[in-house]
Amino acid sequence: MARRDAAAAAARVLRRLGPLAAEPPTRGTPRARYESGDRAVSSCRRSGWVPGLQRPLCGPRTDAGAYEGQRGASRACQVQSQSRAFGSAATATNIQRNPAYSELSSDDVSYFKSVLGETGVVLDADRVAVANVDWMGKYRGASQLLLLPKSTAEVSKILSYCNTRRLAVVPQGGNTGLVGGSVPVYDEVIVGLTGMDKIISFDNVNGILTCEAGCVLENLSTFVENEGFIMPLDLGAKGSCHIGGNVSTNAGGLRFIRYGSLHGNVLGLEVVLADGTILDMLTTLRKDNTGYDLKHLFIGSEGSLGIVTKVSVLTPAKLPSTNVAFLSCNDYTSCQKLLLAARRSLGEILSAFEFMDHHCIDLATSHLEGVQNPLPASPHKFYVLIETTGSDESYDKTKLEAFLLRSMEDGLVADGVIAQDISQASNFWRIREGISEASVKVGAVYKYDLSIPVEKLYDIVEEMRCRLGDSAEVLGYGHLGDGNLHLNILSNKYDDNTLAKIEPFVYEWTSAQRGSISAEHGLGLMKAEKIHYSKSPEAVQLMASIKKLLDPNSILNPYKLPSPSSSVPCNSLKPAAYQSCLMLR
Amino acid sequence: MKILVAVKRVVDYAVKVRVRPDRTGVETANVKMSMNPFCEIAVEEALRLREAGAAAEVVAATVGPAQSVDTLRTALAMGADRAVHVLHDPDPARPLLPLAVAKILRAVTLQEKPGLVILGKQAIDDDCNQTGQMLAGLLQWPQGTFASKVILDKEKQKATVEREVDGGIETICLDLPAVITTDLRLNQPRYATLPNIMKAKSKVIKKVTPEELIVDIRSDMEVIEVNEPPKRKAGVVLSSVDELLNKLKNEARVL
Repeated sequence: MARRDAAAAAARVLRRLGPLAAEPPTRGTPRARYESGDRAVSSCRRSGWVPGLQRPLCGPRTDAGAYEGQRGASRACQVQSQSRAFGSAATATNIQRNPAYSELSSDDVSYFKSVLGETGVVLDADRVAVANVDWMGKYRGASQLLLLPKSTAEVSKILSYCNTRRLAVVPQGGNTGLVGGSVPVYDEVIVGLTGMDKIISFDNVNGILTCEAGCVLENLSTFVENEGFIMPLDLGAKGSCHIGGNVSTNAGGLRFIRYGSLHGNVLGLEVVLADGTILDMLTTLRKDNTGYDLKHLFIGSEGSLGIVTKVSVLTPAKLPSTNVAFLSCNDYTSCQKLLLAARRSLGEILSAFEFMDHHCIDLATSHLEGVQNPLPASPHKFYVLIETTGSDESYDKTKLEAFLLRSMEDGLVADGVIAQDISQASNFWRIREGISEASVKVGAVYKYDLSIPVEKLYDIVEEMRCRLGDSAEVLGYGHLGDGNLHLNILSNKYDDNTLAKIEPFVYEWTSAQRGSISAEHGLGLMKAEKIHYSKSPEAVQLMASIKKLLDPNSILNPYKLPSPSSSVPCNSLKPAAYQSCLMLR
Repeated sequence: MKILVAVKRVVDYAVKVRVRPDRTGVETANVKMSMNPFCEIAVEEALRLREAGAAAEVVAATVGPAQSVDTLRTALAMGADRAVHVLHDPDPARPLLPLAVAKILRAVTLQEKPGLVILGKQAIDDDCNQTGQMLAGLLQWPQGTFASKVILDKEKQKATVEREVDGGIETICLDLPAVITTDLRLNQPRYATLPNIMKAKSKVIKKVTPEELIVDIRSDMEVIEVNEPPKRKAGVVLSSVDELLNKLKNEARVL
């Protein structure tokens, strides 16, 4: 049903595009999606490690040939294959195209060209195709148009026009999200912020950076490091993710335990609302209690309330001494006790506390080149990576060594190594950051990102192992210091039986622990309907009211959070609705 | 048999080196310092030889300021038995040159009487690649440089060393005592484990000065200035082949 609708819609788009569709497909320069878009292109952070192609170009997807083979194909063919692809995706999620949205016409394209110029309006099939699909190859839309504004004023004109015309819009940053929040579902116009990548100012006394939303995190990182500061967040995708996207998804990452969330570190925002209004909240003040702090509405709202165009961030001073230890523990209880002990004994210098089970280590060492277990002597069940950052090398090292030796005597740590130089430290980080990259090499990976009270955090991994038996491998790792578990389930291929064993169980279990079904990845398309597991109906209703107020025509990032229609209490949702997650194929 | 391993404290391999504003040398304040990677390989090889029963004791030695003791601690935490620290405060204008270091190491060698001295083939800070050769010359011992494989024959008192040379692998046989310098592919150095770090705390580090060793370390060379290499100009993206041809013809003048 939805499939037919979609095909028809695509055909209509094609008809309207008439003259444009007749143009031969030009071979633009498709954005280098895999080498840069890969979240796993991570460990360049601490090493000189140069990633190659991380995985085959065709990841898990329904119709792998559609994109690779379309170059020579006629436009019509391509539109159809696209609609087929998203058609099956949309069927799986039970989402239908909202008929209230208009379809793109050649007049619209002419208008956008008059605002953005020829270079800011991308119709080239290859380039739009790249923006239509997420980096995992899991979610794919059928947008015909990618807009690349270069200024806030241009974003404002685009949104104002789209709002009047009822054209749905999906804002896109580096497109490194894991939940399908940054790609269209149907034919939404993609507004890419890549062109807005200027650093506006840096206050090197207070460490306050003001920049445009399209700045790549790693570039900002390099910039502020030259000034003696660091970004308050760091994550695997830093080589491609945009700061605007980080803010819109409230990205967590590896420095969270030390510097906290973006709700604390973002000092000001400039946001364009759905009707084109430019909301200037771009202050650089640490303290400002005048009325509602509206910027928080846009941090983590996944582009559903407005498009973030400028950001000011508080950056902490860069500290000269970093030490990394890689430890093994015999059981999960020891990991917990070690965390508590580390908080007490390392207090001010603790900057990361990551944990992973031995399945993760096995996976990383067998699928990633050059990755070895630093503690190969005896197999242990759990591994912990501790990083300290401070201002005095010898003081920090003495402190860390003393703490680890004490923990070893107390039996919390079974074995461990301390990095003696930066390349050893990056080898340790490479293991932790490589898990995500290694997991996509197996075949199918079901990723869950859960916040659970630390003492129960590993129970779900064990329960999941019981449920799935030999049919899939279950990995547990994550930011233990933040109570954030990454639950990854690997199997040869995506199939409904496996999915039915995982969902809704994983959400129900998390909900029963009063945990969050999305700790740092967001809801996106994957979990849009699952919000009820973590938020009360009243809270969801209020979110819907806010959405209605700020975006009455609901043009911003539709079909995702929080659409008023999704405000159904969770127990009334039919199980069929959970068979979604649209793991294609 | 005893093995002496020379180790050097250098700016960490992963750090981007910067020149000091007064151009007297590279910036080392607040910069991560680590053991020279080739020296790590040397320590690892000595430990493997000891573990294989070819040697009884591994002694690490370094020449440098008080902070160099960290580098010796790393060697001890990897598994060396004890260490010798020759204290020397560096003067940027008159850095310690390979000949001076080789003279110091010769004096240490004569005191310690090892059957084998292993060094890294070069340090990543000055890239001299001379100390091992000079030490062998001063001691009048045979040398096996750039070793990619080392086999010790305890009974015959011989070392067989494989070296990666341009045409392939050269195998040489040395009578002990000898000097060996290590290449990158010789081995993969181990990590310092917690139990070994704990043990290292009680290991002895002997401190001596060049004067006590009666070594003249005066240098005939003076560093006048250190400069950064010229910065590479940013590239440009061209929009057409014609533009490229035009640039190649008129700007680069290669066509």
